[in-house]
Formats: sequence, structure tokens, C-alpha cells
Amino acid sequence: MATVDVTRLAKPPTLAPQRLASLRAALRTGRTRIGLALTVPVLLIVILGPLVAPHTPIEPVVAPYASPSGDALLGGDAIGRDVLSRALWGGWSVVWMCFAATALGFVVGIAVGLIAGYARNWVDDVLTGAMDVLLAFPAIVMALLFVSMLGPKLWLITVIVAVTHAPRVARLTRGVTLEVVHSEFVEAAEVIGVARWRILLGQILPNLSTPLLIEFTMRLTWSIAIIAAMSFLGYGIQPPDANWGLMINENRQGLVVQPWGVLAPIALIAAFAVGVNLIGEGIARAMGQDDTLAYRELS
Amino acid sequence: MLAAGRRRALRRHGWLVRRLALGAVTLFLVSVVVFAATQALPSDPAQSILGRGAQPEQLEALRQQLGLDRPLVTQYLDWLGGALTLDMGNSLSASNTSVADLIGPRLENSALLLGITGLLLVTVSVVVGVLCALYRDSPADHATQGAALVANALPEFVVGTLLVIMFSTVVLQWLPAVSLASDQSPLSDPKTMVLPVATLLIVTLPYLMRLVRGSMLDVLRAHYVEMARLKGVEERRILWRHVLPNALVPAIQGSAATLAYLAGGIVVVETLFNYPGLGSQLTTSMGVRDLPVIQACVLLLAALYVVLNLIADILTVVVTPRLRTRMR
Repeated sequence: MATVDVTRLAKPPTLAPQRLASLRAALRTGRTRIGLALTVPVLLIVILGPLVAPHTPIEPVVAPYASPSGDALLGGDAIGRDVLSRALWGGWSVVWMCFAATALGFVVGIAVGLIAGYARNWVDDVLTGAMDVLLAFPAIVMALLFVSMLGPKLWLITVIVAVTHAPRVARLTRGVTLEVVHSEFVEAAEVIGVARWRILLGQILPNLSTPLLIEFTMRLTWSIAIIAAMSFLGYGIQPPDANWGLMINENRQGLVVQPWGVLAPIALIAAFAVGVNLIGEGIARAMGQDDTLAYRELS
Repeated sequence: MLAAGRRRALRRHGWLVRRLALGAVTLFLVSVVVFAATQALPSDPAQSILGRGAQPEQLEALRQQLGLDRPLVTQYLDWLGGALTLDMGNSLSASNTSVADLIGPRLENSALLLGITGLLLVTVSVVVGVLCALYRDSPADHATQGAALVANALPEFVVGTLLVIMFSTVVLQWLPAVSLASDQSPLSDPKTMVLPVATLLIVTLPYLMRLVRGSMLDVLRAHYVEMARLKGVEERRILWRHVLPNALVPAIQGSAATLAYLAGGIVVVETLFNYPGLGSQLTTSMGVRDLPVIQACVLLLAALYVVLNLIADILTVVVTPRLRTRMR
């Protein structure tokens, strides 16, 4: 009898159906709807854009800073390339790097946070200390430092941005782990001898899913800010290839004559960043975690 | 009595000493990371500075100048010693200018930018956050929160460029889009500071304002506030005596976090507006791979973060009696 009771205790509370319900509730919030209305079109442009673009992103088709015409619907850029085509081509690198950097940062951050929070001994001290050192660099400074030294390779930027995410995710994960680790179901699992990694992945991780899901959208927004800013500063995709951040920098001088070269990429970046953020805010609201967002970590 | 008092003082200082030591260790490790990224990781820094077309003699001379032929540990200790005595050698791009001379005025300009922004940021976000919490769910609160949701997600250079479009080029021509005189103090033409400060404010206000509003709402719901109300304490006294002092404690950490974030934010904003500060110096130096200047700028920006967090931690403990007694 006793064993039966303990094994039942050892099961984590079944959260899955509840979680799906909350996601559906998130879809009903105005924030998530507006967020999706902004994000989905941008993603469609990013994916389908290269297929429907009237020109390649690198061939000059009109005069530099030409006004919008039949040849170039949004006018020409600094050297006469089609702004519309470059905007259609230029999102892919921004978007895949954002997703890859955020995902990688999450995998590393969750692993470190879980281990640190569950260990609660010198391992915790060492990991937390290492994360604090990484946190001392403003994310953009850290990214610029390594990329300017090692060269603007796209995988490198992705990895570095992930490195700037990891300590922040680790801190969140560790905090929630410390809360969960004393619950009865974890103690029960320890008592009946469940392997440590199974406890971490099977008992503790599921309880982190809500805060982590919200954090993911917030981190994704930061990725967009950093990666677009990096390419704006010239440490992203290299000319002549198209990239939204790069486009803004290239066409800034002609702002007065031909604002579309700057406005088009800015609108796309803004819609994507604001959209993703609103989706996260909606999820947070639906799951009753509005307040925690106010206290979340910056950067 | 006296002995007890002294012991208590010692205890408090013990905590402070530990916190300061932790800050020092963090700074030391930060310097290791900066050194590793600039001098240890690139296989040949001299080659990466001069580029592929460099002559062997040039490379050799630069290796000599940077001391790259010595063991890494010696290089690091030398470099750290230089950093601690503010002698970081000479800039590689601006000939015969020491890093300290190059960075000094820029540091002042950045401090000015950060100071003005920080002052406005804390004042505005506390006032607006408190008002939003007191008039929760009013139309004004909803409008503010909505605007915050949008501004919160926008990258600095997007906000900055939009401001340039609105106020200095396409729509209106009120303010200068860039400050052109790079060696003049921005104070000689204060107009050049308006857009950089506005950009940094728009990017950071939503975070701090929401934090203040959130912590106000938490405190307004607390039992001791309800208790005071039930006892018939004046509403104004409740606000000033019970709510604000407690609600604003998280704002200390939040302000420090925001200012620390701005240490990164100024890199983009200064470059965008050509503002002669530490951040624009960093991107310029990165463009020409001016190693000593890059190292100095990054160290300063990271140190700013560590120091701000240290101050915030100490302030938080000082104003929170609960923490003050718990800390031994």
C-alpha cells in the first residue's frame, strides 16, 4: 500500500491539459491577437518574399535614390537597387538567426539553471558566479566585442547572442527550480530512487514551462533588437547581400530624398519585434502572470 | 551596550566587505574575458589588426608594440597593470595619442548623456508608474500601458531612426539628426542631445514604469495597507508613509538594471547620432581594430555595470530593515 501511495505522489501534477487551455485563453486576449496579426504577415514576407520579389536583391535597376515608380514600387536604394526586392529578401537572415540564437541560449540556460538550482552546493556557486560574469557585459557590447575580433560570421553572431541569453535564462530557471525542488513530488521521486536526470527533466522541467514560454517570447524580442542592431552597425550579413538592419544603415543618407529605403525595413523589424512581444504579453496575461513580467530582468 | 553596537556594526560591514569583494572578483573575471576576446582568442592579433596586405616588418613591429611575443600570462598581467594605473598605452589609429587622452573627453560626454537620461528616466517612470497604479484601469492607465507595450519591444536604432524621420528630416526639421563636431562638448550645442536622450528614454521608460506600477499594485494589495485603511488612517498618509517607501524598493534595483542596460544602449544610439561618446568611440575603433581603445571602452562599460549593481544592492539593503537584519 505504502509504495503505491509514494509512486502516485511521485507523478508530477498533470499540467498538460490545463496548459493547452491557457494557450487557448491566450489566443483570446487582444494582445496575442494583435501580436499574431503583426508577426504572421512578417513571417510570410520573410519566407515567401524571395519567391515573389520582382528583382534580385543585388542588381541595380534604377537610379540611386530613385522615387517609387513602376520599375521599383518602393523606389531605389543608395546604389539604385530595388528597395522592395531587398526588403523581401532581407528578412530571412534576421529571422533565422533570431530563432536559432534564442533557442540555443535557452537550451544552454535551462541546462545550467536546472543543474545549479538542483545541486545547491559548490556547483551552484560556480555556475552562478560564471553567469554573473557574463551578465556584467551589456549584451550588445559583448556581442560586438567577440564578433569584431573574430569576424562577422553569421554562426558566430548567433552563438554569441545565445551566450548573452543563456545567463539570463539560467537565472530564471534556477529561481523557479529552487521553488519546485522542495515540493513533495520531487522529494517522493528522490525517495523511490528515480534517476537524477529523470527528476530534472520529468518532474522539474514541466513546472517551468509557463515562465519559460513567456521568457522565450521576451528573449526573442531581444534577439531581434541585438541582431538587427548588429547588422545595422555592419556586423551582420555583409554587403551586397540584403538585410533589414543593413538596409537602414545604407539608405540613411538619402532619407530626405527617398525615405522608403529606410521606412520599409524599419516597419518590418518593428512589426516583428512588437508582434512577438505582444504574443508573449498575451500568454502572460492569460496565465495570470502579468505581474511577474513587471519584475522581469532587463536585457 | 557599546560592545553589542560595535559587533552589530562589524556584522553589517562584514556583509558589505563580502559584497565588495564579490564585485572585485567579478571585475577581475570581466577583465580576463576582455583580454581573452581581444588578445588571446584571435590567432594573430597583429595580422587581424593590419589585415592581409601587411608587410612582415609591419607585423613584427606591431607584435613588439603590443608585446604579443611574450607568454599570455605576462601579457595579461602587464595589460591589467596598465588598466589599473589608467595607462593603456597608445591608440593604434590616432597616432601618438594615449588611450587615456582619447577616451577621457568621450567618457565625460557619455556620462553627461547617461546622467541626463538617468535623471529623467527615474523621475518620469516613478511619477507615471505611481499614478498609473493609483488610477488603475482608467483610460489614461490603459493608454500608457498600451504605449509601453509597443515602445518596450522596439530596438534603439529603430526608435532613433523614427525620431530622425519625424523631427529632423522628412516630416519636421526642428532638431539636428547628428552632432557633427566630434571633438566639441555636446554642451556647446545642447540641441544635439535632445534626440539621443529621447531615444534612450523611449527604450527604457516602459520597463521601469511597469516595474514601479507592478510593485505599487502589489503593495496596495498588501494586508498592512488594508489594516491601515481599516484603522481609519488617512488615505494620503497611507500612500506616503506605508505604500511608497515599500513600493519603491524594487525600483532601486530596476533603476540600476536600466542604467546598466543603457551602458549597452549608448553604443547604438551614440553611433546612430554620431554623438562623441564612449559608445561611438567603441564602434569606430572596432571598425579599424584599434585594440587598446576597444579594450579600454569595453572594460569601462562592463565596470559601469558592476558598480551600478553594487550600489543598487547596497542601497536596497540599507533601505530595507528586513534585509538589513538578515544580512550578517
